[in-house]
Amino acid sequence: MSWETVIGLETHVQLSTKTKLFSRASTAFGASPNTNVNLIDCGLPGVLPSVNKEAFYKAIRFGMAIDAQINQTSIFDRKNYFYADLPKGYQITQMDLPIVLGGSIDIQLEESIKTINITRAHLEEDAGKSIHDEYDGFSAIDLNRAGTPLLEIVSEPEISDAKEAVAYMKAMHQLVTYLDVSDGNMAQGSLRCDANVSIRKKGEKELGTRTEIKNINSFKFIEKAINFEVKRQIKLLENGDKVTQETRLYDSSKDETRPMRSKEFANDYRYFPEPDLLPVVISDEEIQKIRNEFPELPKEKEARYQDKFGLSAYDSQIISSSKSMADFFDAAAEKIENYSLLSNWLIGEISAYLNKEQIEIHKSKLTSDNVAMLINRIDDQTISGKIGKSIFEEMCLSGSTPDEIIESQGLEQISDDGAIEEIIMTVIGENPSQVKAYLDGKDKLFGFFVGQVMKLTEGKANPKAVNSILKDKLK
Amino acid sequence: MSVQFKSITELRAMLDDKLISASELTQESFQLAKKYKELNCFVTMNEESGKKNANSIDLDNESNSMLAGIPLAQKDLFCTEGLRTTCSSKILANFIPPYSATAVKKLEDAGSITIGKTNMDEFAMGSSNETSFFGNVHNPWKKGYVPGGSSGGSAAAVSAGIVPGATGTDTGGSIRQPAAHCGITGLKPTYGRVSRWGMIAFASSLDQAGPLARTAEDCAILLNAMSGHDSKDTTSLNSTVPDFSENINQPLDGLKIGIIKEFNLDDLDKEVQARFEDSKRTYEKLGAQFIEVSLPNISASVPTYYSIAPAECSSNLSRFDGVRFGYRAEDTDDLNDLYIKSRSEGFGDEVKRRILIGTYALSAGYYDAYYKKAQQVRRLIKNDFDNVFQTVDILMTPTSPNTAFKFGSKGSQNPIELYLEDLFTISSNLAGLPAISIPHGQVNSLPVGLQLIGNFLREDQLLNASHVFQQNSDFHLAQPNLENF
Repeated sequence: MSWETVIGLETHVQLSTKTKLFSRASTAFGASPNTNVNLIDCGLPGVLPSVNKEAFYKAIRFGMAIDAQINQTSIFDRKNYFYADLPKGYQITQMDLPIVLGGSIDIQLEESIKTINITRAHLEEDAGKSIHDEYDGFSAIDLNRAGTPLLEIVSEPEISDAKEAVAYMKAMHQLVTYLDVSDGNMAQGSLRCDANVSIRKKGEKELGTRTEIKNINSFKFIEKAINFEVKRQIKLLENGDKVTQETRLYDSSKDETRPMRSKEFANDYRYFPEPDLLPVVISDEEIQKIRNEFPELPKEKEARYQDKFGLSAYDSQIISSSKSMADFFDAAAEKIENYSLLSNWLIGEISAYLNKEQIEIHKSKLTSDNVAMLINRIDDQTISGKIGKSIFEEMCLSGSTPDEIIESQGLEQISDDGAIEEIIMTVIGENPSQVKAYLDGKDKLFGFFVGQVMKLTEGKANPKAVNSILKDKLK
Repeated sequence: MSVQFKSITELRAMLDDKLISASELTQESFQLAKKYKELNCFVTMNEESGKKNANSIDLDNESNSMLAGIPLAQKDLFCTEGLRTTCSSKILANFIPPYSATAVKKLEDAGSITIGKTNMDEFAMGSSNETSFFGNVHNPWKKGYVPGGSSGGSAAAVSAGIVPGATGTDTGGSIRQPAAHCGITGLKPTYGRVSRWGMIAFASSLDQAGPLARTAEDCAILLNAMSGHDSKDTTSLNSTVPDFSENINQPLDGLKIGIIKEFNLDDLDKEVQARFEDSKRTYEKLGAQFIEVSLPNISASVPTYYSIAPAECSSNLSRFDGVRFGYRAEDTDDLNDLYIKSRSEGFGDEVKRRILIGTYALSAGYYDAYYKKAQQVRRLIKNDFDNVFQTVDILMTPTSPNTAFKFGSKGSQNPIELYLEDLFTISSNLAGLPAISIPHGQVNSLPVGLQLIGNFLREDQLLNASHVFQQNSDFHLAQPNLENF
């Protein structure tokens, strides 16, 4: 029997605000447990929330980017449930009136582009963390994350398989990092999703019973979790069993999904409007300001790279695909003139290095200043492209500037005609038989002389100068 | 010279004339609190830092604040930095806040001396102070009788003359009803007039802090210090605060007072009714005119209130879970067991009852019928008030249908009996309007209160009408006989 899969994703994006959604405590990742926590975050008796408008601005920027309706009046609701890392016993979220309504995101499939519609995106506060395995006989609570602003983005059930889900999350990652609404760091939980997965017979209109896989935080796991879950559901239905509507967890160590214990989620959240907060109204002026300061998106960047820097369409697309790469290009481009050389390096050596090391460019030792200097040294013939590659390796390791490396290792290209001539005369003098053969018409030997010159200069001789002087001397 | 039963205004004069120092005055206050310990007004005393603060007031000759050196009591629902704050609940019996409520901080910044934290109904849920974990408070007017609630300790402490003023909070009448039962003046300001930061929430959309004192004049002084916008409370109003003392003595000629048709006073105790008629005549003599007005939806106030307040309370009290602060049960099996035992052992019956009612009112399938419907009715009640304030300046009702009652005589079988105590007071909480209770005589030797309800932000009119009444009567001067304590 032929089945088709229906997937809707709920994406949680941690907004990159300096402070929390309802308090002025820092949102910095990695601080010692319970240090980024103030009275409000730990839900002391008598405290009240007050809103961080920056989170609204970021949410609105996201809404504008996906062409959604922006609700300028925001109302918050309480979602009530008990958990040890939820200090107030309720989460402040948006139920009836989300800040972002509708819109869509294009995802890149192998052969085509598919548009996924967005149902809504709403602001809410994150919970803290429970740590169950570090203290014998105790659970520990870290509230650093409690109150961090989240944008929960709900897609329509229009995603058809695991690959599309991954493409959707990659598009989401590109968008939120481009918009600077989030650092998009999946390993640190800044971008994670819940997948609602169901299957039905091909051609059927009714949706099948869905399960929700909670808290998936890598592209790889999204694909694996959905594939496992789809297979599991197909097996159930083909055996004549039923799918139970439930919340499941993906266990990457066993590559399987399994049901969460019933205590891990509550059934009735008793939503009601948050009485501690008045409706938050975003003015037309604020909307206009967000519009005016709207960042450049990938498509616009591609066009600019072609128009302004004369890059190819292909190169422009590759460089624009990642915000950090594009930012790097833009910063370096300000200090150089040979843009295609920079683009070649970014797509070639630099990308190869980053792929090998599995890091993003802004996390590497490379700086746009240093790479620009390297490009300029090649461009002004201080060094050859080949020497450039060895300097680059050193830059990746030590973070030194190209000039420092050139100086300390004496790699500066020899462009002085007199010096080159001297070396050429030495080579000619040491190889009389080859000179004779060349003069007798064996043109191929020209490369031998170039090689000898390079050997003697450890590759530092300016190849152009070597060529022209050699030709002159071998007449 | 005895300072017992003196008003803030009188004590101010004594301090200014150097008849007494702030330290001596504070010392007197502590002595009186000890002398009348049996009243059980206080949960925690603030003796050491209270004396220290009084001493520094004595050393400061620069201050011209009305409240400099005046001893006050704070309801034990306001967080006080370093001073135990219990909400009269077992679950917070060990809680020492690391910060102070804005209202308390403002009063202390004005130079007043916090002498202690007053007993109350647990989490402000009650009208008799009988739900306190720390025991009943006696009405200073009659031993074994309730002081009213939930700000019962504050009302009794002022009534007994231990302090000239105290803070209270009023969610459905919790300042006005105990003020009435104890024969003092109590004001619930407009919702948002006083910051709720640091006030332990019962029902967020209804809670409002306010003063209890011997006179309307003193309430104006306290309200001046407590009011104002607070960026830490987004529901606090961003409107200018007038000097409430300034226009307190305006003549009442032409003041239009509304009598609410839907409150059928014929059903009341004849004596309570008689006091009300007496006060009407007093106001008429002072130049006011009475107009009967209709608030068609006001009879729905009690059920509306008892849907909304418990719903908010059920959520607000979720944070008392034994995890981060407060009471934690011992020998628990797992997290759920910790919650169940800590909360079952930490909360009293009335608090549990309201959490259950509120949880039910918010449950899937009941939300529309209870909470949502109640919010719609609340809007109608608010509209009713908006309409009548087109034609009248203030509204007048009894504060409570009866006088203080004996411990245990009400609500033990049927809690609704006690809920009806709030019949006249809760509609102004639902509408967010200011209201005051002033003493206007006695029935069977127990005080009776008169309630005036004002338009949005018009505390000035209420204080003016109350002050002029008090200038022309002496009910507010009556003192309880404390021989039995």
